[in-house]
Amino acid sequence: MDEQRRARRERLRWHCRRALLELDIVFERFWRSAGELSEDDEVVLADLLAMEDHELWYLVSGQTETDDPRAKGMVERLRQA
Amino acid sequence: MSVTVRTFDAVIVGAGGAGLRAAIQLSESGFKTAVLTKVFPTRSHTVAAQGGVAASLGNSEEDHWHWHMYDTVKGSDWLGDQDAIEFMCRKANECVIELEHYGMPFDRTDAGKIYQRPFGGHMSNFGEKPVRRSCAAADRTGHAMLHAMYQRNVKANTQFFVEWMALDLVRDAEGEVLGVTAMDMETGEIVVFHAKATIFATGGAGRIFHSSTNAFINTGDGLGMAARAGIPLEDMEFWQFHPTGVAGAGVLITEGVRGEGGILRNGQGERFMERYAPNAKDLASRDVVSRAMVTEINEGRGCGPNKDFVLLDITHLEPATIMKRLPGIREIAIQFAGVDPIKEPIPVVPTCHYQMGGIPTNYHGQVVVPQGDAKAAVVPGFYAAGECACASVHGANRLGTNSLLDLLVFGKSAGETAVEELKKSAKAHKPLPQGEIDRALARVNRLDTQTTGADVHETRIAMQRAMQNHCGVFRFADKLKEGVGKILEVEQQVRNTVIRDKSKVFNTARVEALELENLIEVAVATMISAEARKESRGAHVRDDATDTPEHPDGRDDAHWLKHTLWYKEGNRLDYKPVTLTPLSVDTIALKKRAY
Repeated sequence: MDEQRRARRERLRWHCRRALLELDIVFERFWRSAGELSEDDEVVLADLLAMEDHELWYLVSGQTETDDPRAKGMVERLRQA
Repeated sequence: MSVTVRTFDAVIVGAGGAGLRAAIQLSESGFKTAVLTKVFPTRSHTVAAQGGVAASLGNSEEDHWHWHMYDTVKGSDWLGDQDAIEFMCRKANECVIELEHYGMPFDRTDAGKIYQRPFGGHMSNFGEKPVRRSCAAADRTGHAMLHAMYQRNVKANTQFFVEWMALDLVRDAEGEVLGVTAMDMETGEIVVFHAKATIFATGGAGRIFHSSTNAFINTGDGLGMAARAGIPLEDMEFWQFHPTGVAGAGVLITEGVRGEGGILRNGQGERFMERYAPNAKDLASRDVVSRAMVTEINEGRGCGPNKDFVLLDITHLEPATIMKRLPGIREIAIQFAGVDPIKEPIPVVPTCHYQMGGIPTNYHGQVVVPQGDAKAAVVPGFYAAGECACASVHGANRLGTNSLLDLLVFGKSAGETAVEELKKSAKAHKPLPQGEIDRALARVNRLDTQTTGADVHETRIAMQRAMQNHCGVFRFADKLKEGVGKILEVEQQVRNTVIRDKSKVFNTARVEALELENLIEVAVATMISAEARKESRGAHVRDDATDTPEHPDGRDDAHWLKHTLWYKEGNRLDYKPVTLTPLSVDTIALKKRAY
């Protein structure tokens, strides 16, 4: 993995540090089982991580759904984690 | 090695509630203020505070700050300083209304006033009956508070340094604090923030325990930095265990659930709190409820195949009430406990939640340490507020919803005091001592160059297990003694950690190793302080200090009505008296704490 890619992924990992323990646990499980993320996956994940904690938790816990077809797959992976 | 120096009037470390409130005070007074934060401000752990903020507004029924003060002193098991507690309770209404004016969307009554809900330990007329004192914004009180205060800071031109980690205090030979060293996570660059006022608002260190309601970000960075700079940590043996963490996950079920009518039941379906707290029942103080739960479990009346949890029952509430007044609770129960609380009760256990101790301060937010004959001499240039500080208003046990109040009142107070001191100070900044800067550089340099040693993740788990097993909600003399040895062993491992990734740019492994160096200071302080305190008081409950006529609930005022001070150097302990004299009213006299 080149340095730029590594830094991008590390930044994503850091942005998974959240205000809510609920999300910390979900993302910890996710990274443990994530395997390789494509560049598209990284973009989608970055968009999700830009959300407010409660909105993100609502999405991950199934209280809301996303209209964004690109995000659906990633949300499902987070729910399964 | 030379490092870049950036100069400010004030530097604040941490952008949760206390940091943002302090920053408003400084920036609106025209002082050049930097706020350093590991995560974006509105992602601070204050977001997780759901229950509300205490203020005796009396919007729903008669209330008074003096009753609030009484509840806080009683909740603290008389270890709280009564001057600071009076200050906080008297300032509560002003701070809450100020927040409302910042745009905080509090829940409303039909008459348009701030809605107030009942909460554990909130009583009217000096402990007579429950009173509605908690002001909330649905279950998002902390979140709404951060947004309101962040916007106010943006307007006031506070300069935020996001994804920066503070490394160490800079203190000169006279003991004055002149700022901090900090690392830009984006580039790995280390910079000195040179300031006349340094305010720590770094939150708690709940991650020292294996089972915790705290988010991963709560690594006690301010406490670690203070300890390394020779500042003692006060009353670190006192950790509040929240009665209702989801069994097996730690995720918090807010006390508001019991405020809205939730009932705790044991394996026989009995509402056991009626036996432990006949008046307050399920709304008794947190440590009383936690202790009752653990007693039920220890005496074989727990639930599940291992009888190792109790149940929080809201099945008798209308589903519409649950959805309206307690949104999100259902999903947490489904996700982390696998039960729908509308149909089935939620399995819960006491889980580490809040740090009562911290960096010693007075009620002006100034850090104070023993010096010569003085037990509380001000450390010039250094302030602390919120969970990282010990004013001490929570004493041996915090009253629910006083945490958000603490960060509002003492964030503001620290900011106000800093403003007054800045107005009096010389124009020029004092020169920086190079040796102090080198101390932070050396810690980072060790991680960058060391090629063999202990794994950071494994070492953190070892620390958390040692704390959980030896210093949990119930404490035993032999376990504590053994725990001191174990945690000192882990401390040696922490000094010898290795990271594989040596890159500069966004190196999260390095950040986590540095966080562990802060956590371990808190863990050692906690274990050593707990082992030494031979009584039970508030959240510190020892098996060998039980309820006797001479020592009700194991509390020994003759020997232990005093604050612990732990010093990193030599793991030395010192003690200082509790302030029993309030500012304007009579002392709230010692008595047995019963609900």
